[in-house]
Amino acid sequence: MSDKEIEVGPEERISKTQEMVYEMKVGDVMTRKVITVHPKTFMSELREILRENRISGLPVVDDGRLVGLVSLEDFIKWLADRQDDCPIEAKMTGKLETLHEDDPLVLAVGKFEKTGLGRFPVVDRDRGRLAGILTKGDVIEGLLKKLEIDYHQEEIYRHRASHIFEDIEADRTTLLFQYDVKGQDFKQAGGSSSRLKRTLKRLGVRPDVVRRVVIASYEAEMNLVVFTEGGKILARVRPSGVLLEVEDSGPGIADIQKALQPGYSTAPDWVRELGFGAGMGLNNIQNTSDRFDIQSEPGKGTLLKVAFYPKEEHGDTG
Amino acid sequence: MILADLVEKLGLEVRSARGNLGIEVTGGYASDLLSDVIANSRKGNVWVTLQVHQNVVAVATMKDLAGIILVRGREPEEDTVQKAETENIPVMISRLPTFELVGRLYNLGLRGVI
Repeated sequence: MSDKEIEVGPEERISKTQEMVYEMKVGDVMTRKVITVHPKTFMSELREILRENRISGLPVVDDGRLVGLVSLEDFIKWLADRQDDCPIEAKMTGKLETLHEDDPLVLAVGKFEKTGLGRFPVVDRDRGRLAGILTKGDVIEGLLKKLEIDYHQEEIYRHRASHIFEDIEADRTTLLFQYDVKGQDFKQAGGSSSRLKRTLKRLGVRPDVVRRVVIASYEAEMNLVVFTEGGKILARVRPSGVLLEVEDSGPGIADIQKALQPGYSTAPDWVRELGFGAGMGLNNIQNTSDRFDIQSEPGKGTLLKVAFYPKEEHGDTG
Repeated sequence: MILADLVEKLGLEVRSARGNLGIEVTGGYASDLLSDVIANSRKGNVWVTLQVHQNVVAVATMKDLAGIILVRGREPEEDTVQKAETENIPVMISRLPTFELVGRLYNLGLRGVI
């Protein structure tokens, strides 16, 4: 197993780079802000330009058109020959190997290898205007950046898990999540709904649906905590919407119609002092859901079923 | 307006998530009933309340609120601070009572949901 990994690993990485070299264009990685010189600039000025910009060569441009390339090597040669000062155009390389923005990177890599040159000017295909410059460093930096972006996107993609629905092949898909809620445990209260919220977000459920589901789930969770010995929240997630089922085994609601009235509450005072038990819970659930059903029997328990569907006509209003 | 502006202009004491004071505040909501806040506050609101137990953090997290301001110098419970740190929700304290504090927030340009 591990032998196989050692063999396959590096090969795969190389093929990924190869793939990128074919996919990416010169224009994706080249340097666009290029320092240039005019052909009439004197050779004696070149040293300062190269030193100031920390570069070893630059394109010679006349009125936007690329006419040559002058490098540190040309400068040294001029110095060594102890010639008189003259315009750059006399010493520059005039016959140029150039690249185009839409050339695949693999072409550039081949050119670097074949010519042994350190940089290629990138020119406009129609008018021969200088668009940028490409060095080996640009290629390496561009590939590393792309690798990083790809890696990042893969991470986001994995974490979001929204591709689950795309990957699963079925006529109908439902993901089921269960959260167990402890009764009377105010420390944990709200925890299940927080976890459900994160889960729904990662699944790529629409924000307006997530918001409504979480309000209902939180209220239902608080009811379980305040009034019951505990219960469970079941969330059924489908591409078409989210269904919540909240179930407990008592004490049950004696008069559901009354319980649905805003402000009606049977919560004890100490619960109210904490800001719960305002008699708004079931109302909030009803108001946020698209389908609402509650069945309860005193002494037996309560079963709440609510459904949420994406609203196409309304966007997410934050 | 960001939370740090409110902290500076109203002299609030910050008890948690100091690193998250750069968050943009979209408006405000004042209530001590958790269900009311759940139903009516909006994302990015700053919440003014006198409740100090840790469920305020749960509500703020659930509703993506910008932060919580406790009134009349009420100190958050220890659990509340811990949870607020975990969830990165700034909990701040004002010495003012709710009415006064909300008035000053309003003067600073914050609005509620109408």
